[in-house]
Amino acid sequence: MSDKSHDPNQMTGAAMIVRALIDHGVTDIFGYPGGAVLPIYDEIFQQSEVQHILVRHEQGAGHAAEGYARSTGKPGVALVTSGPGATNMVTPLTDALMDSIPLVCISGQVPTHLIGNDAFQECDTVGITRPCTKHNWLVRDVNDLAKVLHEAFYVATTGRPGPVLVDVPKDVQFATGTYHPPRKSDVHRSYAPRVKGDATQIRKAVSLLAGAKRPVIYSGGGVINSGPEATKLLRELVEVTGFPITSTLMGLGAYPASGKNWLGMLGMHGTYEANMTMHDCDVMLCVGARFDDRITGRVDAFSPGSKKIHIDIDPSSINKNIRVDVPIIGDCANILGDILQVFKAEAKKPDIKSWWQQIAQWRARNSLYYKKSNDVILPQHAIQSLFQATRGKDTYITTEVGQHQMWAAQFFGFEEPHRWMTSGGLGTMGYGLPAAVGVQVAHPNSLVIDIAGDASVQMTMQEMSTAVQYELPIKIFILNNQYMGMVRQWQQLLHGNRLSHSYSEALPDFVKLAEAYGAVGLQVTKPADLDGAITEMIAVKRPVLFDCRVAALENCFPMIPSGKAHNEMLLPEQANDEATAKAFAGGKALV
Amino acid sequence: MNQPASAYFIEERHDPNETHTLAVLVQNEPGVLARVIGLFSGRGYNIESLTVSETEAQKHLSRITIVTTGTPMVIAQIKHQLDRMIPVYQVVDMTQTKRSIERELAMVKVRGQGEHRVEALRLADAFRARVIDATTESFVFEITGNTDKINQFIDLMRPLGLVEVSRTGVAAIGRGPEGM
Ligand SMILES: Cc1ncc(C[n+]2csc(CCOP(=O)(O)OP(=O)(O)O)c2C)c(N)n1
Ligand SMILES: [Mg+2]
Repeated sequence: MSDKSHDPNQMTGAAMIVRALIDHGVTDIFGYPGGAVLPIYDEIFQQSEVQHILVRHEQGAGHAAEGYARSTGKPGVALVTSGPGATNMVTPLTDALMDSIPLVCISGQVPTHLIGNDAFQECDTVGITRPCTKHNWLVRDVNDLAKVLHEAFYVATTGRPGPVLVDVPKDVQFATGTYHPPRKSDVHRSYAPRVKGDATQIRKAVSLLAGAKRPVIYSGGGVINSGPEATKLLRELVEVTGFPITSTLMGLGAYPASGKNWLGMLGMHGTYEANMTMHDCDVMLCVGARFDDRITGRVDAFSPGSKKIHIDIDPSSINKNIRVDVPIIGDCANILGDILQVFKAEAKKPDIKSWWQQIAQWRARNSLYYKKSNDVILPQHAIQSLFQATRGKDTYITTEVGQHQMWAAQFFGFEEPHRWMTSGGLGTMGYGLPAAVGVQVAHPNSLVIDIAGDASVQMTMQEMSTAVQYELPIKIFILNNQYMGMVRQWQQLLHGNRLSHSYSEALPDFVKLAEAYGAVGLQVTKPADLDGAITEMIAVKRPVLFDCRVAALENCFPMIPSGKAHNEMLLPEQANDEATAKAFAGGKALV
Repeated sequence: MNQPASAYFIEERHDPNETHTLAVLVQNEPGVLARVIGLFSGRGYNIESLTVSETEAQKHLSRITIVTTGTPMVIAQIKHQLDRMIPVYQVVDMTQTKRSIERELAMVKVRGQGEHRVEALRLADAFRARVIDATTESFVFEITGNTDKINQFIDLMRPLGLVEVSRTGVAAIGRGPEGM
């Protein structure tokens, strides 16, 4: 028998976890300790290759890991203890599942012999997280651990990316077993996501594109997830075809906002021109988006006259909400490359001059119009000022959820992918601040700004303490309207202006709060002071809470009212009480 | 369109429902059945019948046969959603292939005397059900067949003193020499 004590691959489960992180190129993880992960924390203490960021709440670790992942294209990693540590991860895991973010969560579990006994801090973590992960594992034998960890990274990052969780009982962390580096056989043979698109479907797509009179490209987060190649090819396709392009909330930045074919975002709060183009088009090319209900409006009136091509890596996204004519399953970089090749060889740029003229007319409606004021800061104006002040800087934006999020999407122009981190599918208030922490960890020298709302930001405010501890100079730009503005907007439109519990009563003094955390607090109330204050915020090399007092009752337009189609948008200049009442007919009595 | 005040587009779909039998080949590992069932409950799909058993022990393969109902779009969704689960090898729509055989086994307990008892026996014979337990006042019949045949037999037993039924759920296999 060989002497196992000299075998470098013999180690404890806890050591294997750190070793696997290193083998997967992980340099930063976000976590919070507890009884069931102490052996792992002991290993972390004794090495320096993996930096551990101590958050203040496990939800913060999850969103920070998401921000890290979205801004780098690499998987984010979170480490949490059993029981409450694991249950606090449910929100970020669900968020990452909805938005296809690669996340690897390692959770501690009570020792195997206690599982099922209602032991202290025991919960059925794999049961609870099964519906909110792409896959999860409970590891009962230390000799399975290396394989499971490698598979976890593989599953999180390939195909349609998503969150995974590995639950490791404490006795498995202590036990000694054999580690092996990542290898192909670590992965289930049943898991083989398709990457290459079907050649016949690609030809069909090209012939539709080549014959289009009123085309549109509608791109989504999948293009960004696919990586830089997909972005490059998407831009090239727009160039080669001359087609107009719009994108979902998740897809912003894949095509530059300054690009001449850009229509702005589409959907419920998208631009008039984007939604009208979608409605009236004859050929729609959907790349890496999923016809979500915030996008389609009324399904039976969605783009009624068009042939639809849908590129997606996940077959279950095809024909889920909207029936498409040419589905192409695979990775969008691959498929866009193939489409371009065939298009360039066999087709020429269709003449769509009159379509562009039509679009120009829609654009002339100026659907993002708002009325500036000298007395009070309009939230749209605040975003525009922020955008101007950050131009040419290496900037990353995260958001919370609400009106401010929609205004950020409408008024902040994104030129590159991975620069915009927002909770789209789940709409998680409290996402943006910890996400900014994660982004700043990944990009220590960049300008990272969370465009926040006064209500959302209080959900994960405690992570300011993390930012201060690790000297992460994140900027929390709060559009403080003293309301849960988005909730209030719906109550005004649909619930007879009965503003039930949507007023932000007893708001903290954000400047003092910042100071209490050891951060910098700034407040601005007058439009004239805004630019100066923003400049000051950017200049400070410390975390900042920026209390931007904005017009309290401003609402977010344009808007597709529920039950309406893309061509029934409510524009800002029409959004007086009477027109609103009509647009929302069927709802309750209005103001 | 009249609808209540809502942040969602509330729409009813009117496509007719279909019943499909799906054969799902999975890695036999802890939690795999919970994943499949969780998918159905979580997404609001129907399960009419569910049968699970390991079919190839050395390869750790299990076969799950599910009978489900839904509109054609929902059935397609169910298949894709199953197929993208990590431990799922293959999903075959046995109804769509039209060349499959479906069988179920039921054990049916009937209690009665006199004419009823004679009639139960006579019907059992016609349905090729076997008597696998008997007392002076009861029978347990074993019957195999497709779901319709078993339903029919159970209905006939009802007035004759039906006490209890235990069914296996549907198992399905394709005709001809080819495997799945
Ligand atoms: C965790 C969570 N709870 C509740 C909601 C519902 N919700 C959506 S927007 C919103 C109000 C957000 O208010 P604020 O952060 O001040 O942003 P504003 O709309 O005022 O810009 C609420 C409560 C949510 N999205 N997330
Ligand atoms: Mg607010």
